[in-house]
Amino acid sequence: MEARRVGEHAVLVECVDLAEVVASYALLRARAAQLGAVEVVPAARTVLLDGLTDPVGVVESLSTWVLDQSDAEAPEPGGVVEIPTRYDGPDLDEVARQWGTSAAEVVRIHQSVEYTVAFCGFAPGFAYCTGLPAGLEVSRRADPRRAVPAGSVALAGEFTSIYPSASPGGWQLIGTTEVELWREDLDEPALLVPGSLVRFVATEMR
Amino acid sequence: MKGAAHVVVLDPGALTTIQDLGRPGHAHLGVPRSGALDVPALRLANRLVGNPEGAPALETTLTGIRFEVRRGCRFAVSGAPCSVRIDGRDHAWGSAVSVGPGAVVQVGAAAAGLRSYVAFAGGIAVEQVLGSSSTDLLSGLGPAPLAAGDELTLGPSYAEPPMATAIPTSLGRVLHLDPGPRADWFTEESLARVGGETYEVGAASNRIGLRLSGPALERRRDNGLPAELPTEPMVLGAVQVPPNGQPVVFLADHPTTGGYPVIGVVRGADLPVCAQARPGDRITLRWAEPARAEPGRPRGS
Repeated sequence: MEARRVGEHAVLVECVDLAEVVASYALLRARAAQLGAVEVVPAARTVLLDGLTDPVGVVESLSTWVLDQSDAEAPEPGGVVEIPTRYDGPDLDEVARQWGTSAAEVVRIHQSVEYTVAFCGFAPGFAYCTGLPAGLEVSRRADPRRAVPAGSVALAGEFTSIYPSASPGGWQLIGTTEVELWREDLDEPALLVPGSLVRFVATEMR
Repeated sequence: MKGAAHVVVLDPGALTTIQDLGRPGHAHLGVPRSGALDVPALRLANRLVGNPEGAPALETTLTGIRFEVRRGCRFAVSGAPCSVRIDGRDHAWGSAVSVGPGAVVQVGAAAAGLRSYVAFAGGIAVEQVLGSSSTDLLSGLGPAPLAAGDELTLGPSYAEPPMATAIPTSLGRVLHLDPGPRADWFTEESLARVGGETYEVGAASNRIGLRLSGPALERRRDNGLPAELPTEPMVLGAVQVPPNGQPVVFLADHPTTGGYPVIGVVRGADLPVCAQARPGDRITLRWAEPARAEPGRPRGS
């Protein structure tokens, strides 16, 4: 694994794609204590190890690590999290236009994928879910909304996600869910964490 | 920890929040670390009243705070030097004092710097979120910023012997940066600018970031890198450079990920300089190690 220094206490592991991020994160998270990392944080093409006492030593040890394909294929113990979704979002037609298909087909495709949470960010519990087939990237709205309701199921770039709380946002909204993504009263407040498997399931329109 | 309040806020000033050492360890869930911006000052205030150094205390912003005491307690002020008045009588900054019911305390405007810390013996008892009582202004986690009428309850006093007094130390106006992780995205001229150029602290600076304005830090056009950086995890002290070239230093409430390249990271020892910098102050950037051959790319064997 190739890593570069970030300040006094952190290193950044570089990955070629999201699949490698997911695999690298799983491995680095499992070995966080061995590396002396307080934080292991994945993003789009990198994984950060922060809170290190010996970042130089960590860069050196990582250079001898080779990512095993079996790390990438290790099944998540948590199973698949199902997100019951009403496909009633205001941008369904826009996504259909970008994909060159119908709204009904967008709904079918969105449900057909088993997604993996590549990383979280933007807000506590906001999970960037990856797995959409190549070619189905979605452009953000040119004019971001000032208020996106909590529970909005959305698409942007190569990702789908759910807004855990109301916030401004530029993603294309295709549906809503009543699942709570972030519960501070729980020991594990985030429903979706990096590595989680996710499936969206249509519920009846009411 | 429930019981009658010890303190009632009369006027929280421009912004007063409860801060401890924050909630590191949850960035992978999108949770900022938060916590006191000037950590040495928080530790000092707590030592003055015999608390563990990371006990929850108040962080004021520029204009101090006024509060009324309901139950006897002991407090001390550190961080930005300021006047401390108890029922109109002056008391020294940097030393603990006991106050009884009915006393009105005015922590005055900062004479220098920006953020003062008010620690109470026993610490402020407030519900924790992910192991911290800190207010996070980015994500909204933790208690809301204080408002007039808010009541604060303290924990039981600790048995630790308090430190006697402190004297204000003057902070420099220099931020020392380690290069990278994306120093290779910037022109040689821009990298040279970080070696001594002076920037002005912007009015939009807050607990999330210190916004600097001055000579633009420009990206190289000839390096075969992608047009935009894929979203990357961010660290405390990261100096992120958006397309306008005006650097932003990420402080405690910074987002856990960001999409602009980071030219360097401020040394931890200089973070209090960021915490105490006022809008309009001039801050000089310097490389921590001027002779590093290849910024951001120290090689292993």
